[in-house]
Amino acid sequence: MGVVTFTMDDVQYSANEGDTILKVARDNGVHIPTLCFLEGLSPVGACRLCLVEIEGSPKLFPACTTKPAEGMIVRTQTERLKKYRKMIVELLASEGNHQCAVCVVNGHCELQDLAYEVGLDHVRFPYLYPAKTLDASHKEFVIDRNRCVLCTRCVRVCHEVEGAHVWDIANRGINCEIIADMNTPWGESDLCTSCGKCVRVCPVGALLEKGATVGELKKERGFVKVIVTARSKHEWITVEDHEEE
Amino acid sequence: MKPRVATVWLGGCSGCHMSFLDLDERLIELADKMELVYSPIADIKEFPHNVDVTLVEGAITNSENEEYAHIIRKRSKFIVAFGDCATTGNVTAMRNRFTPDEILKRSYIELAEKNPQIPNDYTTLAQLLKKARPLHEVIKVDAWLHGCPPTADQIWFAMTSLLEGKIPVLPPAYLRYG
Amino acid sequence: MTIEDLHELAEKERQRQAQYKYRILYCSSAGCVSSGCEAARTALKQALEEHGVAKQCELVGTGCLGMCGEGPLVLVHNDQTLYQRVDATIARKIVEEHILKGNIVREHTIDLNDPFFAEQKKIVLENMGKINAESIEEYIAADGYSALVKVLSGMTPEDVISEIRRSNLRGRGGAGYPTGLKWDIVRKSPSDQKYVVCNADEGDPGAFMDRSVLEGDPHRVLEGMAIAGYAVGANQGYIYVRAEYPLAIERLRLAIKQAERLGILGNRILESNFNFHIDIRIGAGAFVCGEETALIRSIMGRRGRPRPRPPFPSEKGLWDKPTVINNVETFANVPPIIRNGASWFTSIGTQKSPGTKVFALAGKVKRTGLIEVPMGISLRKVVFDIGGGTPDGSTFKAVQTGGPSGGCIPEQHLDLPVDYESLQSVGSIMGSGGMIVMDNTSDMVDVAKFFMEFCMDESCGKCIPCRVGTKHIYMMLDKIVKEEGTEEDFALLQELCVMVKETSLCGLGQSAPNPVLSTIRFFREEYTKKLQPTSCYEGNASTITETNGEQK
Ligand SMILES: Cc1cc2nc3c(=O)[nH]c(=O)nc-3n(C[C@H](O)[C@H](O)[C@H](O)COP(=O)(O)O)c2cc1C
Ligand code: SF4
Ligand code: SF4
Ligand code: SF4
Ligand code: FES
Repeated sequence: MGVVTFTMDDVQYSANEGDTILKVARDNGVHIPTLCFLEGLSPVGACRLCLVEIEGSPKLFPACTTKPAEGMIVRTQTERLKKYRKMIVELLASEGNHQCAVCVVNGHCELQDLAYEVGLDHVRFPYLYPAKTLDASHKEFVIDRNRCVLCTRCVRVCHEVEGAHVWDIANRGINCEIIADMNTPWGESDLCTSCGKCVRVCPVGALLEKGATVGELKKERGFVKVIVTARSKHEWITVEDHEEE
Repeated sequence: MKPRVATVWLGGCSGCHMSFLDLDERLIELADKMELVYSPIADIKEFPHNVDVTLVEGAITNSENEEYAHIIRKRSKFIVAFGDCATTGNVTAMRNRFTPDEILKRSYIELAEKNPQIPNDYTTLAQLLKKARPLHEVIKVDAWLHGCPPTADQIWFAMTSLLEGKIPVLPPAYLRYG
Repeated sequence: MTIEDLHELAEKERQRQAQYKYRILYCSSAGCVSSGCEAARTALKQALEEHGVAKQCELVGTGCLGMCGEGPLVLVHNDQTLYQRVDATIARKIVEEHILKGNIVREHTIDLNDPFFAEQKKIVLENMGKINAESIEEYIAADGYSALVKVLSGMTPEDVISEIRRSNLRGRGGAGYPTGLKWDIVRKSPSDQKYVVCNADEGDPGAFMDRSVLEGDPHRVLEGMAIAGYAVGANQGYIYVRAEYPLAIERLRLAIKQAERLGILGNRILESNFNFHIDIRIGAGAFVCGEETALIRSIMGRRGRPRPRPPFPSEKGLWDKPTVINNVETFANVPPIIRNGASWFTSIGTQKSPGTKVFALAGKVKRTGLIEVPMGISLRKVVFDIGGGTPDGSTFKAVQTGGPSGGCIPEQHLDLPVDYESLQSVGSIMGSGGMIVMDNTSDMVDVAKFFMEFCMDESCGKCIPCRVGTKHIYMMLDKIVKEEGTEEDFALLQELCVMVKETSLCGLGQSAPNPVLSTIRFFREEYTKKLQPTSCYEGNASTITETNGEQK
């Protein structure tokens, strides 16, 4: 496997061919904010929080899907990037119905963490207050679409790791929603194995365990990496088709 | 002259004001540095002119809140959105998926124990706005103090900073929702 | 069928056509279908039969004749007389006067020397008004498939690519990427399987260039695709066309069947070793499915959502195989380039943008319809000569190119040549060919709002800037239109537009703010005059202005 050398925030790094900028950054303790990315799942480059600048291009590139090339000069913390990241979090906050004070993951929420990281003191865009639904038909879990940030981690973990493909995205644009099966109540899903993987990968309080109360739900997300690594070594079953959404 | 400070309670649960009282003995220290010209905890009828700093708790949820917000804006030099409801709408805004009619019906008819009746004397009563909104969607706000409620330490940090004539930029530890 | 057989077929067809005294072509494209060409056709047929001249005249449906606003259009081919708004009565008159007595019915004709026609240059649309849209024989008789013959009888794939590269043909789907270069990448990508995809999604509101080509001259597109397949080493092509185009789909199906029957598509094409199959895939009409990576996913039966590029489809496309994806009009340019050579093509248009471009001219001009103009023609010529200018009593304000991804160009830039770079330099784009003229009755903020509503509705919702950003931009525009917006809203609007443009995942989000930014650039006062003051402190401003720390 070849190695490429590139510069990130004025420091030189070498990367294995095929590694993404994000992987190199994480391996070396450089922090780049992410939301849709989760190690072990296919990257989709959707949330745009990990965008970085690459010298010589006016475009911005998602670190989670972009591979460094020899001699590339990458910047991860410019004023422009910081401003855009803050705006992305603002947009997300305005999109859902986030009442952290009464939320099960209050204090353990990736959206809150992002808001603090970008210094979000208020949201300049009017809150949209969408009329989203909550589905508590499953015997163990609940999906509260009011808090969903549409990262599609649940869709991917269910398809790629559990192999059940319960979750999918319905509608377009601002009306997008996560649905079970062909838009049936989750509890009636023929495909759901009740493994709970989606609940654990959900960055926010949209997927939750029944019975959890305010601030109680802490999620452990490292398991995806463990499973996927094990599988790729054929320790468990083989991964046939590792793909997004 | 000491800075003239006001606190206002709009569409919120008064928790933020309670948290203010949690400053305990630090309240006395504050009292030395400022003049409290208006507050729900003091009995003053009209919102005064020439206020240096006003803390506003709660979302803008009814017609009275809205009118008041504009008065406060006219008469205050610096306005702080005080707590999550004023900053994000928070719990007050949880009603926003319903229409005011649905809410009134639910509260005054369906859940009434006796005399189910929707109040309709709007000469004295405030009318629910279509949606509860954070303060800055209605008037210009100068700083935000989050938390549901903000902790006494956060309030202390913000107040001391303001009384020194500085806009408080909350350190990460004080930047918290919920 | 061998190449000789094909030549023979062409000759026979020419003879067949020559035996008629008159060839009467009526436009059978969707525009004239809706204005009633079927009634005109029936009336013409009846009249021809009644007067016993049906045998001497051939009545055929042809492709779009351009002046869709004046349809149904009927062309008497022999003396190039074009009739407009042909209803049953006029149809009868045409037969009784023109066909029987040779007297042209002047009061219903359109002058073909009118600048609307004279300023045009037809390459892609050359067969419109010439051939029967449903006849492969007529296509072949008009030199159709001769480019494929040329390619198969002596050109190597490298020759084909170098010819296309030298022609400097650029993608007509909007971005203007050099087609030859794209093909070369696919050719050089090692793979056991490659694909050719024709993008006929045409999602821009009001655009119908590709539809007209498919309806009027479907074989031209098949031929272009087959040549691409030969050049890059693909044996399978797909045409992705929206379900809203039933006539185009029907004609394509027919065309594919005809070509397969003659051995022009399928295995061992024209008895060479080249195999190429074409299948149709029907899309549900989502604008975003015109974006190449979304389109590819849609062909694969998945949800049409774009993915970050690179990798580009030329490396990883359909089922991760190297894939050529080009627009309908791009493919339609290929046969004439091969037939006439690259230097012929580069002699038309400008150096950087050779050839022609088809536009759907609409809005406040006297003559609307489908036009094909040489690149480099000035916008003024298009609007005022071809389009005849704005209707009497109104004045020109702006011309919008590029649809929801483009911008509005004001009077002062009307002398700009129509080419990729010039349009970009004023904040618009060539786009796929929508061109809307606006006059002084248009409110530019409202125009921007219209396009933003389209983008908001069509956003796939995958990435945050476009999904939520377009919604907020739309709401801010709505607020400003209603004269409820403030200075702060206006500043935030501009900040958000730039952010959405720079951070969105695909071209939809990246270009969605263009109509807003370009109207702000050229018609700023239309925004500012609608803004409201914000309420503030009644006395002197606060003395608290410095912060106690650094703002993030
Ligand atoms: C939102 C969006 C919609 C698009 N729609 C079309 C379309 O309808 N037709 C088309 O040919 N290209 C469309 N494109 C451009 C394609 O992605 C692609 O660039 C094009 O098909 C390449 O062909 P060309 O090189 O021949 O232009 C669209 C792009 C975007 C971002
Ligand atoms: S999901 Fe996170 S941001 Fe949303 S309400 Fe819960 S804690 Fe707050
Ligand atoms: S439910 Fe959770 S994991 Fe699924 S898309 Fe929404 S936020 Fe992401
Ligand atoms: S820019 Fe819009 S259409 Fe494109 S991926 Fe993002 S949300 Fe989807
Ligand atoms: S983490 Fe890279 S785009 Fe979301």
